Amino acid sequence: MQQTLAQKLVARAAGQSTVKPGDIVTCRVDLAMMHDSGGPRRVKPMLEKLGAKVWDPDKVVLITDHYLPANDDDSRRIIRIARDWAGEAGIKNFHDGEGICHVVLPEKGHLRPGMFAVGGDSHSPTGGAFGTYMFGIGATEMLGVLVTGEIWLRVPHTILIEWTGRLAKGLSAKDMMLFLCGRFGMDGGQYQAVEYAGSAIAALSMQERMTLSNMTAEFGGQAGLIAPDEVTRSWLEAVGVRDIDCDTWQGDAGAALLASHSFDASSLPPQVAAPHSPAKSDAVGAFADVAINMAYIGACTGAKLDDLRMAAAVLRGHRAAKGVRLLVAPASAKDQNIAAAEGTLGVLLDAGAELLPNACNACAGYGNYLLDESAVTISTTARNFKGRMGSTAAQIYLGSPYTVAASAITGRISDPRELLA
Amino acid sequence: MSGKAWVFGDNLDTDMLAPGIYMKFGIEEIAKHCLEALEPRFAGEVKPGDIVVGGKNFGMGSSREQAAGALMHLGVAAVIAPSYAGLFYRNAFNLGLPLLVCADAGSIRPDDVLVVDAERGHITNQTQHTQLACEAIPPHLMAMVRDGGLLGHLEKRLKREKDAPA
Repeated sequence: MQQTLAQKLVARAAGQSTVKPGDIVTCRVDLAMMHDSGGPRRVKPMLEKLGAKVWDPDKVVLITDHYLPANDDDSRRIIRIARDWAGEAGIKNFHDGEGICHVVLPEKGHLRPGMFAVGGDSHSPTGGAFGTYMFGIGATEMLGVLVTGEIWLRVPHTILIEWTGRLAKGLSAKDMMLFLCGRFGMDGGQYQAVEYAGSAIAALSMQERMTLSNMTAEFGGQAGLIAPDEVTRSWLEAVGVRDIDCDTWQGDAGAALLASHSFDASSLPPQVAAPHSPAKSDAVGAFADVAINMAYIGACTGAKLDDLRMAAAVLRGHRAAKGVRLLVAPASAKDQNIAAAEGTLGVLLDAGAELLPNACNACAGYGNYLLDESAVTISTTARNFKGRMGSTAAQIYLGSPYTVAASAITGRISDPRELLA
Repeated sequence: MSGKAWVFGDNLDTDMLAPGIYMKFGIEEIAKHCLEALEPRFAGEVKPGDIVVGGKNFGMGSSREQAAGALMHLGVAAVIAPSYAGLFYRNAFNLGLPLLVCADAGSIRPDDVLVVDAERGHITNQTQHTQLACEAIPPHLMAMVRDGGLLGHLEKRLKREKDAPA
C-alpha cells in the first residue's frame, strides 16, 4: 500500500510497517523538546507527585527562551527551576539563553529525517522542515512522554500543498503561509499532516522551509512536512549531523491524500494579515492607507538569519521613518553572530533598529517591549491575536521581513518590491 | 452535569483563554483574566457546572494547557463546539475537561440551561426544549477523564506496574 511521508514517519515510530489514517496508534518518541514556560516549572512537580523519572534523559532537549531576560522575580524563579532541573534530571542537551527553541533545536543538530518528536510549544511543527514528524503538546502530555517515552496519535491524513514556479524577488515563505491562512482559514490544516512540495519549495533555503513548517501551526495542521533533499542534507551536515537518510523519507507516488492544492508561486504578491488573525490576509496593496508606529522583526517565524538578511536587503541605505520604532530580536545567538560578522546586523542598526535579546520577547507577550494601546505594528511574527503582544487595543499586522522593513522606511504598510526594484 | 451556557464565536484562541502576559503566574491568577478580552464578566460570574459553548476551531493557537486549565479552575464542566483546535483538544482531555463535538452548537443561546451526558454524547437544552446529538468521545479519552486526566491516569498505570508480579 502506498504511504505518504507522514504515514511512513508515524509507522516507524509505532513499530508497524504501514499505518492507516484515522487509526489510533502509540508511538515511541525519539526526542522531546521543552522550554522554560511549559517545561520544568510545570512537569517537575508532576514528576515528583508520581515519584517518576525521565524515561531517557538523552532524548530530552531543554531550551530557555520565554522568560529571558529574567527581569522580575517570577521570571527569575521560572528560569532557576529550569536550570536546576536540567542538573537534577541529567539533561545534557540544555541550551540556556542561546535563542528560540525552534531555531536552536535544529541549529544544534538535534533533528534529522525519519525522527518522531514532540515539543512543548505550538510551533513545534517547525521540525517538519527537516523530515521529522514533530508536533506541539501541552505540559501534562509532556509529562506523559517523560514518564513513558510514548504518546498516542490518530494517524493523520495528508494535505498536499504544491507551489509551482518560483517566488518573485521580495517574496518569501511567510507570504505563502499568510496566503494559505487567508485562503483556507486557521483550521485549513484540520489537525492533519500538511506536506509542502513543488519547484518553489525545492528552491527555498532551509530556514525559509522552517518558516513554512512553523506556520503550519497557524494553518491548523498537526505537522508541516517537507520531504528531505540535498538542501536538507547539506544544511544538516554543516551543523554536524551524520547518517542523514533522505531516500527513505519520501512519500510514495499515488498515496491517498485528504486534499491536494496547487498554487503558482510566481504570481503571489506580498501578503499582509490584518488584526486580529493570520486568516485576515490579503495582498499588501489592500493596506496602503495604514500608517504604523512600530515595525517588529522577531520570533522563530521571522527573525532567523535569512529573515534578517531579507530585512537588510530592503533597509540598506535607508532609515526607519520618523515616529516608527524598529525593533529587531534575532532568533538565535548564532544567527545574530553571523549577521553581525557579515554586516547584515549593521545595516539594521544603521537603519535605527533597537536590538532585543535572542528570545521570544513580545511575540508571546513576554519581556520589556510589550505593545501599548497606541501601537500600530507590522510584525514578522506568526500570530496577531488580540492582546497577544501586550495591550488588547494594540493593532498588529503581520507581514514578511521584506514587507515589515519596507513599511518601517515609509511609515505605512508598503510593498517591498517597489524598494527592491 | 447541568449548567448555564456561556456562548462565544468561531476561532476562540488560547490568548483569550490564558493571556500571555499572565502566563508567568499560577492558574488562580491566569483564570481571573480568562476570556476578559471578549467578556469581562466571565471570570467573575461563571458558576461551577456552567458550560462554555464555542464556534468552530475552538482553542486555536498556543500549546499552553492553562487555556483549558483556566476554564476548569473556574468550574466549567464541559465545552461544546462544532470543532476544536487539535492541541487544545488533547490538552483539555489530558487535564480531565470533557469537550463535546456538536454540529448544532450554534443553536445554543446565552444563559440556556443545558444537561450534558458526556459519556453518551448527548445534550438536553432545557430552555429551548431541544435535544442535541454529539460525536461520541473516543473510549481512551473518556477513560482519562474518569481518572481525572492524564496525571491520574499515569498514577494508576505506575501503581499497576509496581504491583504487578515481576
